[in-house]
Amino acid sequence: MDTWGLLAQGLIAALQVHNLIYALIGVTLGTAVGVLPGIGPALTVALLLPVTYKLDPAGSLIMFAGIYYGGMYGGSTTSILLNTPGESASIVTALEGNKMARKGRGGPALATAAIGSFVAGLIATLGLAFVAPTVVKFALSFGPADYFALMVLAFITVSAAFGDSALRGLTALFIGLGLGLIGIDLQTGQTRLAFGVMDLLDGIEVTTMAVALFAIGETLKTASDRDQVNAEVIAVKGSVWMTIEDWKRSWAAWLRGTFIGFPIGAMPAGGADVASFLSYSAEKSFTKKPEEFGNGAIEGVAGPEAANNASAAGTLVPLLTLGLPTTATAAIMLAGFQQFGLQPGPLLFTNNASLVWALIASLLVANFMLLVLNLPLIGLWVKLLTIPKPWLYAGILTFATLGTLGANGAMSMGVGPVRISFELVLLLAFGVLGYLLRRFGYPIAPVVVGLILGPMAEQQLRRALAISQGDLNILVSSPIAIALYVVAFIALALPLYLRLRGKGAMLGQLATDED
Amino acid sequence: MTPGSSSRERRPDGAALVIAVILAGLAAIIFWQTSQMRVPPIQARVGPTVFPYVIATGLALLAVGTAISALRNGFPARSKDDYGPIAWIIGGLVAQILLLSTAGFSIATGVLFAFTAKAFGRGPLWQTIPIGVVFCFVVWFLFAKGLQLSLPAGPLERLLTTGSF
Repeated sequence: MDTWGLLAQGLIAALQVHNLIYALIGVTLGTAVGVLPGIGPALTVALLLPVTYKLDPAGSLIMFAGIYYGGMYGGSTTSILLNTPGESASIVTALEGNKMARKGRGGPALATAAIGSFVAGLIATLGLAFVAPTVVKFALSFGPADYFALMVLAFITVSAAFGDSALRGLTALFIGLGLGLIGIDLQTGQTRLAFGVMDLLDGIEVTTMAVALFAIGETLKTASDRDQVNAEVIAVKGSVWMTIEDWKRSWAAWLRGTFIGFPIGAMPAGGADVASFLSYSAEKSFTKKPEEFGNGAIEGVAGPEAANNASAAGTLVPLLTLGLPTTATAAIMLAGFQQFGLQPGPLLFTNNASLVWALIASLLVANFMLLVLNLPLIGLWVKLLTIPKPWLYAGILTFATLGTLGANGAMSMGVGPVRISFELVLLLAFGVLGYLLRRFGYPIAPVVVGLILGPMAEQQLRRALAISQGDLNILVSSPIAIALYVVAFIALALPLYLRLRGKGAMLGQLATDED
Repeated sequence: MTPGSSSRERRPDGAALVIAVILAGLAAIIFWQTSQMRVPPIQARVGPTVFPYVIATGLALLAVGTAISALRNGFPARSKDDYGPIAWIIGGLVAQILLLSTAGFSIATGVLFAFTAKAFGRGPLWQTIPIGVVFCFVVWFLFAKGLQLSLPAGPLERLLTTGSF
């Protein structure tokens, strides 16, 4: 069957009433949580994962699709109305968007972000639908050595290529890889690094790790930092509608943003923040009114927001077709798939075709819902932004511990007569780790990606070496693998060269922090 | 991460050196634990020890790199952090962990809620703990009863849902 046929079938499944309700709940929750300051898309997805635990796989993944897109939308609202540093994917939106809001043009800024996200989401989701089958065909010819090379490339791009220090990026990655070793080795049944603790035999849950690093770590950092500015929320005054001139200046920016964002997301080349940053520079050079940049140019909101969303859809290409997460958000989504016993990769498209296409179709549905929901409900989202910090972070920690308990709440450890939850102890320990990583300028995403991708890379490496009976030459014997290693080497060496030439500041701006 | 908040001194970054030591320690633990594994000869070549050794080697090299970076002041400047709020939050999490199995979700998490609010300057605790307990009970009810998530119930939850302890 051709792509249109499969997509149509997916749409029929996605448009069933109960699936529409799941999608609606997903986008609403996703936007509501994504709007909260300090919560990026990765944490949104991790916090809301428990809500989907008791649903059937299809319903859960559809709700998940809504949460993912909703979280991306929510983040842009925050950065326009509240100039929060730290939400990296939307940080570029804040440059111009916050300026527009200050000049009383918050409405049009939100409108161009919402419509741009819609346009980008629509084109990029269709792109996903058409690119994915081709990648699947290609991926079916991949051997274990090629997969291993692909994962090495993903390790490099997520840790060393962007951000302000390759050393700290790689250190974060290796911490994740080291934690990924813990537990029973799947191929031989041997226990590694469990130190006799029963709860460690299954390894460390990616969701526990993500919630700890993003929620607890962020809360500790925000609470401890005296210099944290108390950012003020800017009221939306006047009309939310865009003028004819706004439309004229926005539409090309949306399209450029989409075509910058989708490929960057689809290739393991960095997250949404890289895409929005590149789009911002592109808009700055294309604009007819350069003097407005820095003072609230609408193109500077339209382009990066479109790029941001297009790259979010693009990230799903390697995730669904290769099982390769390239951002922290994707790593958590992979964990969500695994909880239903689904392993994303080329085989998912043949074994669970109806599920995959229902998921892709519900991304389209979620995208429409967000456009309809977002502008009318803007008043509600603004109210969420004004929640005072003490209550906001108290609530975040309540839900962070709730999610961890809901996933694995066994009171499996004892301190004297008191039974305690081992999973919450891990949450606390990794929360402190998250704080320390932030304090010393280490990126967070590589830890999460290393934790989930490390064991997968090991499996492919050992499969390859088992086939060759230990001959290391197999790792570089296929043209695909060699090409991937060359790209990985460039991704490692080029930034080093740029940093030596004193261009490190620009790479620092591209830090893949949040997702 | 605010530039200029600490003066650029030309002496080694002590905290970063500690990080280097911790990384080296992690590498040593992985080396030691992996060497303790008894591997059947058939698996010796591509068995479960290969990857741990690779990662431990990587961590050891990164420890050296971190030490060099610490000596050259390669780390970004750090803002002066306030440890009081951190103690409140960690205290709240520890209290929740200890209370959970006996007092139930609402009371334990209510304490965490109040301690976190305290860390951000909202008090006093005799007001915020009841607020937290009520909020957490509502959350418990929605998730445990509505979404069938298994969350520990204590006397409060039993009293309010079944009428008896």
